[in-house]
Amino acid sequence: MRITLRVWRQKSRDDEGRMVTYELDDVNENMSFLEMLDVLNEKLTLQGEDPIAFDHDCREGICGACGVVINGVAHGPEVTTTCQLHMRSFKDGDVIEVEPWRAKAFPVIKDLVVDRSAFDRIIQAGGYISAPTGTAPDAHSVPVPKADADRAFDAATCIGCGACVAACPNASAMLFTAAKITHLGMLPQGQPERASRVVKMVNQHDEEGFGGCTNIGECAAVCPKGIPLDTISQLNNDLLSALASGKL
Amino acid sequence: MAITGAILVLFLIAHMYGNLMIFGGQEAFDEYSHHLRVLGAPMLPTNGFLWIMRVVLLASVLIHMYAAFTLWNRARQATAGKGSRRYHSKKNRTGVQRTYASFTMRWGGVVIALFVLYHLLHLTTNHIAPGGASDSPYERVVNGFQIWWVVLTYFISMLAVGFHLRHGLWSAVQTLGKNKARRQRAINAVATAVAVAITVGFLIPPFSVLFGLVG
Ligand code: HEM
Ligand code: SF4
Ligand code: FES
Repeated sequence: MRITLRVWRQKSRDDEGRMVTYELDDVNENMSFLEMLDVLNEKLTLQGEDPIAFDHDCREGICGACGVVINGVAHGPEVTTTCQLHMRSFKDGDVIEVEPWRAKAFPVIKDLVVDRSAFDRIIQAGGYISAPTGTAPDAHSVPVPKADADRAFDAATCIGCGACVAACPNASAMLFTAAKITHLGMLPQGQPERASRVVKMVNQHDEEGFGGCTNIGECAAVCPKGIPLDTISQLNNDLLSALASGKL
Repeated sequence: MAITGAILVLFLIAHMYGNLMIFGGQEAFDEYSHHLRVLGAPMLPTNGFLWIMRVVLLASVLIHMYAAFTLWNRARQATAGKGSRRYHSKKNRTGVQRTYASFTMRWGGVVIALFVLYHLLHLTTNHIAPGGASDSPYERVVNGFQIWWVVLTYFISMLAVGFHLRHGLWSAVQTLGKNKARRQRAINAVATAVAVAITVGFLIPPFSVLFGLVG
């Protein structure tokens, strides 16, 4: 199939950047989106041009490294990661516009690559539990109700890709933050730090320059891991009780 | 934001109910208006209840606006002032699933605030008196709403209120931590129903006057 690509090219953090158009005549519909970019990059390299920089690692939807805005939608037309998106989701002759995540807290490093270390700092602020090291306890020594374990597990599937921020009109990272709050808050091991965790993580989130959540719902709609919107409600609930309890 | 919004919604429901008393005729409506002024007497002085309400409402509106502008400003800073228009691609600018109401919150809120000023000058202080001033609240309503453009301004404002409530009610439930995946559809359905009921409830009196059913 024939594809016209319009891709954001930006040499460095300080470069202005612009959309550049490329034509590809020999795209196979079974290629993944990243493989299509690989093909274009080989061509560019052979022509002596700088290949397009994009983040990727596992290419199987589990690491969260890939992720670009395709035709205005984070990760493109299917609800999956960019690496798991295939060219059969497009039509012959399509014009496809590819841009990096946009948020003040995610500065562009080069082309489609953004710096997402703000996410790491949110996790560092409170996304952990304190457990004694040594011999691992028996797996069933602390019983967890099935429903709680399922919800914790679902929330834990967040891969930190950042699509929620890219899709949010406020560039808020509340869904990402709420996924970790829910994951640890549903489990007995997460209880000791539950109140302080939510306060610290939300403070760090705000300090990083992400916007405030106004419950638009675009985040959950594009999340490749299906983190549900009600995790944000759970975060709000934890935050309200933490502030009310005063034990931070 | 959610709590002050909820106070304002409760006020709107009471206010809408009061407005519908216009169908009881001039005596009933003016009596109701007078009753509001002497409510709680003799424990409260004349207009005492009304002033308590006014202070609570003004505080709610100011806190609500402060929170709104803070969120607005944070969103501007986080997106270089462009919000959902920050991508070059013009495709999918309206998002994947968001409601029309969610687009109208900020400017709609400003419209509502301007409307409240106009509305107070019109029917409370009567400085704006299209169709003629009067000491009778009933006559002020009837005089004003016989004029098509007055009804039009109220119509547009009530649509803005309706959209604001559609997203605002849902958002308040989520903000207060009460949303659950299995309740989400129901919460949104109730938000739509309440928003429509309040909008229609407010619009019935002006249109009834315009079409000569009252007055
Ligand atoms: C200048 C006036 C106003 C502005 C700028 C404003 C703006 C906003 C904004 C930005 C939000 C958050 C929206 C969101 O969740 O996306 C909001 C929520 C809300 N507004 Fe307003 N608003 C105003 C007046 C009003 C009025 C007059 C009412 C009542 C009739 C009202 C009722 C609500 C409710 C119930 C919410 C939900 C609170 C929440 O999300 O937790 N607002 N408003
Ligand atoms: S919540 Fe979803 S969209 Fe956001 S970072 Fe996690 S996996 Fe990505
Ligand atoms: S490359 Fe790992 S999720 Fe896409």
